[in-house]
Amino acid sequence: MTIDPSEIVYFEAGFVRITATLVFTWVIMILLTVVSYLVTRNIKVEGEISKGQNILEALVETINGQIRQISRQDPAKYLPFVGTLFTFILASNILSIVPGFISPTGSLNTSVALSLCVFLSVPVFGIGEQGIGDYLKEYIKPTFIMLPFNIISEISRTLSLAIRLYGNVMSSSIIVAILLGVVPLFFPVVIQALGLLTGVIQAYIFAILAIVYIASATERKKKKKGNLKEES
Amino acid sequence: MDNIGLIGMVSIIMAGLTIAVGSIAPAIGEGNAVSQALKSIAQQPDEANTISRTLFVGLAMIESTAIYCFVISMILLFANPFWNKVIG
Repeated sequence: MTIDPSEIVYFEAGFVRITATLVFTWVIMILLTVVSYLVTRNIKVEGEISKGQNILEALVETINGQIRQISRQDPAKYLPFVGTLFTFILASNILSIVPGFISPTGSLNTSVALSLCVFLSVPVFGIGEQGIGDYLKEYIKPTFIMLPFNIISEISRTLSLAIRLYGNVMSSSIIVAILLGVVPLFFPVVIQALGLLTGVIQAYIFAILAIVYIASATERKKKKKGNLKEES
Repeated sequence: MDNIGLIGMVSIIMAGLTIAVGSIAPAIGEGNAVSQALKSIAQQPDEANTISRTLFVGLAMIESTAIYCFVISMILLFANPFWNKVIG
């Protein structure tokens, strides 16, 4: 029993190391790309649409609606990033019920990489939206004393984002492995169904928190404008 | 008792204690959050979507405290750095 699929090494030469995490990440990347290609190859505006297009449209519409509700901004700018995070984590969590498939999000490497993407995207979107000066000014907003606390909160929320995803996915797989040794009949199925539910919720949470963090860096200027309008 | 036995004993006891003590507070917190959310859904069924979305995000935030404890106890049991140092 391992607590990290990165300990399973398929191939190693020099500094190149092909671990199970990497291989299954590739599997999911290929799966998502191929499915998206096959579905978007012949999309139609009029007439009867295919089942795949229907599903993809529903997915995109849902993500768009969630982004619009939470950030109160145009979702088109954030959809590629947040949607990719959501579909990747969702696919890897759902596919973990396939026997032999090791979920790459159950590895600390993957979840740290994903949360580092969120960590870097916050200043990118924030500076793009309100300029570098205004963005950096947010760090000393109430007073100058708050600067270290703001920096610490930025780092700790990245860390908690990574550990939360890793812990949830890893815990469900560990519990199933332990139960297989204790009660091998029927009961692991229930726990695995629970793990599916947790996996879907975690994918949702990860995407929602990414939107919340990005929105907190981009929303402030809009709020200021709104206040000015109300005052004038 | 030699070092290996001592490290093993302390690790196992602390792994159990970590998850036992660490899951008390999140359990109370989640219970409070869910009961409040149910009350507000009963008062305002129209807002059930917003409330349950916020509830899920909040629950995941609260639960992550327990998950940290779980990760620590798993590290103590399966990837103990001190244990590996003494053995290796």
